[in-house]
Amino acid sequence: MDADRLIYMANQIARNFEVRGKQGAIAATADHIDKFWDPRMKAAAYAALEQGHAGLSTIAQGALEMLRRGHTPAPQSLATTFNAVDEAGHSDAG
Amino acid sequence: MTYERQTDFGTPEALSDTFVTLTIDGREVTVPAGTSVMRAAAECGGAIPKLCATDNVKAFGSCRLCLVEIEGRKGTPASCTTPAEQGMEVSTQTPRLEKLRRGVMELYISDHPLDCLTCSANNDCELQDQAAAVGLRDVRYGYEGADHLGTQTDTSNPYFDFDPSKCIVCSRCVRACDEVQGTLALTIDGRGFASMVSAGQQGDDFLSSECVSCGACVQACPTATLQEKSVKAIGKPERAVVTTCAYCGVGCTFRAEMRGEQLVRMVPWKDGKANRGHSCVKGRFAWGYANHRDRITKPMIRDKIDEPWREVSWDEALTFTASRLNAIKTQYGARALGGITSSRCTNEETFLVQKLVRAGFGSNNVDTCARVCHSPTGYGLKTTFGTSAGTQDFDSVMQADVILVIGANPTDAHPVFASRMKRRLRQGAKLIVIDPRRIDLVRSPHIEAAHHLALQPGTNVAVLTAMAHVIVTEGLADEVFVRERCDWQEFEEWARFVAEERHSPEVLEAVTRVPAGEMRAAARLYATGGNGAIYYGLGVTEHSQGSSTVMAIANLAMATGNVGRRGVGVNPLRGQNNVQGACDMGSSPHELSGYRHISDGDTRALFEADWGVTLDEEPGLRIPNMLDAALDGSFRALYVQGEDILQSDPNTHHVAAGLAAMECVIVHDLFLNETANYAHVFLPGSTFLEKDGTFTNAERRIQLVRKVMEPANGMGDWEVTQALANAMGLQWHYTHPAQIMDEIARLTPSFAGVSFERLEAEGSLQWPVNAQFPDGAPVMHVDGFASGKGKFVVTDYVPTDEKTGPRYPLLLTTGRILSQYNVGAQTRRTENVVWHEEDVLEIHPSDAENRGLKSGDWVRLASRTGETTLRADVTDRVAPGVVYTTFHHPATQANVVTTEYSDWATNCPEYKVTAVQVMASNGPSEWQESYASWSEKSRRIVPAEPAE
Ligand code: SF4
Ligand code: SF4
Ligand code: SF4
Ligand code: FES
Repeated sequence: MDADRLIYMANQIARNFEVRGKQGAIAATADHIDKFWDPRMKAAAYAALEQGHAGLSTIAQGALEMLRRGHTPAPQSLATTFNAVDEAGHSDAG
Repeated sequence: MTYERQTDFGTPEALSDTFVTLTIDGREVTVPAGTSVMRAAAECGGAIPKLCATDNVKAFGSCRLCLVEIEGRKGTPASCTTPAEQGMEVSTQTPRLEKLRRGVMELYISDHPLDCLTCSANNDCELQDQAAAVGLRDVRYGYEGADHLGTQTDTSNPYFDFDPSKCIVCSRCVRACDEVQGTLALTIDGRGFASMVSAGQQGDDFLSSECVSCGACVQACPTATLQEKSVKAIGKPERAVVTTCAYCGVGCTFRAEMRGEQLVRMVPWKDGKANRGHSCVKGRFAWGYANHRDRITKPMIRDKIDEPWREVSWDEALTFTASRLNAIKTQYGARALGGITSSRCTNEETFLVQKLVRAGFGSNNVDTCARVCHSPTGYGLKTTFGTSAGTQDFDSVMQADVILVIGANPTDAHPVFASRMKRRLRQGAKLIVIDPRRIDLVRSPHIEAAHHLALQPGTNVAVLTAMAHVIVTEGLADEVFVRERCDWQEFEEWARFVAEERHSPEVLEAVTRVPAGEMRAAARLYATGGNGAIYYGLGVTEHSQGSSTVMAIANLAMATGNVGRRGVGVNPLRGQNNVQGACDMGSSPHELSGYRHISDGDTRALFEADWGVTLDEEPGLRIPNMLDAALDGSFRALYVQGEDILQSDPNTHHVAAGLAAMECVIVHDLFLNETANYAHVFLPGSTFLEKDGTFTNAERRIQLVRKVMEPANGMGDWEVTQALANAMGLQWHYTHPAQIMDEIARLTPSFAGVSFERLEAEGSLQWPVNAQFPDGAPVMHVDGFASGKGKFVVTDYVPTDEKTGPRYPLLLTTGRILSQYNVGAQTRRTENVVWHEEDVLEIHPSDAENRGLKSGDWVRLASRTGETTLRADVTDRVAPGVVYTTFHHPATQANVVTTEYSDWATNCPEYKVTAVQVMASNGPSEWQESYASWSEKSRRIVPAEPAE
């Protein structure tokens, strides 16, 4: 996977969570990537992190580090709070 | 099977909670107050003769055929214009009435050509029926009087003719165009005998007039004056099957009226709750693509994409495909395979494709076209309301007082809903439009937007934040609602943020280019004008901050208390007919049907037990990620059902490179679309007329699609997917889509109560349908938000990285028009092309002048990703600095110039903002020429050897 593109995506997510303050934004970015990214995308992003990719923003870097440590935060917004197995009526249709 | 016209009650249904009881010809009948005597009689089975009345327009009282006698009243009032009253005693059949009616009828008939036997409406003509009903046998005036027999038939419209010689000037067509469609294209010119229906100004015919070819007038016409050409060509229908339109998310229902195996016409079904008897040009008329000569009905394969296609048997095609897929899976692992479900196919078909990907391929790499349209709606409304479904049904708009349309062009993209909205606007509701372009709604007959905020593309979040600033700082928020229904602390945090001076309309004017005064006035109107309803479309979602914009909209609605009752709400206008359904069915790579995340072990266990497989617990790839992964070799096989990603997805060069890098691309479609140029397998698809199933429209309304003819390719699409699954070694044994729906209901709590039997009996159901909502839910969040409390989310405006500069000084935004649908695969193969032969570039006169351009000139449109050429249309619909085009034609391929920038949360492409340069050109670009020749080469077909 093209590292630059993945880093761009991670930064973009981080930038939109910035208003939550640093710690909040790091958790929200990690949560988002955990719930929506395919494993090879995550792996390629970790590889970029390890190689010290210059373009990573502080928040995106914090989020990737958190995930790489194996820490997946609890849902940080309703967007990542999904219906339970037997739950009806909710939707994130798109 | 016999053919019957739909019942016509003469006047529209009255919506009242009080009832009156009256007696008609000795029979007692109870109806809602406001019902006409004519309708009351029809409801108890005693139809009164009529000509100028029909139940989708207001009564007019001109023909005087519907006279009745009412006990205690003088004269013979017209029953269509007389409201039923408590205790009224009505007689509809008396010798006096019969005589009067015969006299009226005689006058009509004496002016009418008497060629019934050769008329194409013979036996399907109300004039004929009514003449018989009043017992007219002879005409005392003779037939020599003046008539209009010499007048020319207007055949300019591709779908219907207008033969004035048969017109009885009942004005039903004029009223249908005014009241039902809201286009006001028709008038009655002249007076008395000289009066004639006419389209547009003098010299106009139907095609050159304002007419949008919705067909409402044709449906309303009681004679053969306005009639479908297909009825003339094929003959009168013999049977009718109710089904659902396969074009847009309005989900109109139709009677497919058939003669033998041939479709004669589509007539909107009056009992359809989404469309209430109306339609647009696409659904009613543009179905000719089903039999177009380009349609491919035989499977085809090839080893490499530069080879010609080879027609083969189904067996050979499926074996070839399965062995390729299995080989790739063995060599590269399950995550190298994926599929794209179609928002044009049925729920059942979509469900099967994602099941094939998850249970057969063994990955979660499944996505759908919602990725490129409403995925930000999913994210944004889920985050704020706890559920992303549109909050209202369509009928709700009739109770709105202020309608805010943002980034949507309903008259072109959701025409039948737009007609309903326009009716409400003509009744006096106020309109605010937020759009860089002056869409038709801004100014149309009897409608004028109170405010049109012509913002700079890409600044939606800034505009909505500025509106929120006004609402909060001027004390217009609905605190009572917020305290009761939302999280107060989150509201306060949000209110503090938007109240900051940097978010005032005055400061943000520099970014949005919307005059601060206008912005303030619009915000005040939305907050204080009564029921405020927001309708939005892809102009909201297709941005790098699409998801943020959706959340900003939800914030505004919550802050002003405009959620949870009729007449208000937040309503995404969805593009394709079944985009809601495709999402509900688990077409996203991170979730199973009913929006349950793939990482949830209990949810997976439910499916694993039912399907007898183990599911991958990690989210899969989204469409753009699949293309990226293809380029690095980790993604190699793609099954695409009913989508044309090469034409519809952004940055065509990138899509083409991704597809070309794959080893097995399977296109399952009606036509050799653009994506098929890169495919190894072509599996022919079936049209919506050829299969059973269900679609779910933008109101969450599940409706049946019924098979009206045999599939030309031999199989419904669900059968093709099943055959492919079985060729890969799965053991599926569905014999009817109803069984697939049973499986969906079994595995999806929000569909628990849905079945074909119930849909058959009840017409439609709006999910959720379960123990809590046994009959479905038309309006959401009535007693509190799905998530408990509504959540305010601070949405910080982050400008897009796509910036204009000296090389690319203009902003391109893209959209669609009424007569064409999406990539145009269907509509380009119908007569609809008379309205839109090619994509054109709208450019403001000042930008055109700077470049020495005039309308009709060829121009080169270039961005940093690519360039194309098309013709210019110089117009002030677009603001200076902004250009606009559509993406319906592959020859233009507007997406050659769009970029890979996308929504931060969902990767929905930023179609609406691309920095471009426009300059004069003398013809197609090099890319267009080389693509055209590649495309031609790629479409060569070697027919199967005929069997000896
Ligand atoms: S087809 Fe529709 S728009 Fe055209 S004249 Fe008839 S009612 Fe009006
Ligand atoms: S065209 Fe048909 S509907 Fe219109 S006035 Fe004539 S008869 Fe009536
Ligand atoms: S409005 Fe949409 S659903 Fe209705 S007829 Fe037109 S295209 Fe079909
Ligand atoms: S139907 Fe009542 S006056 Fe024509």
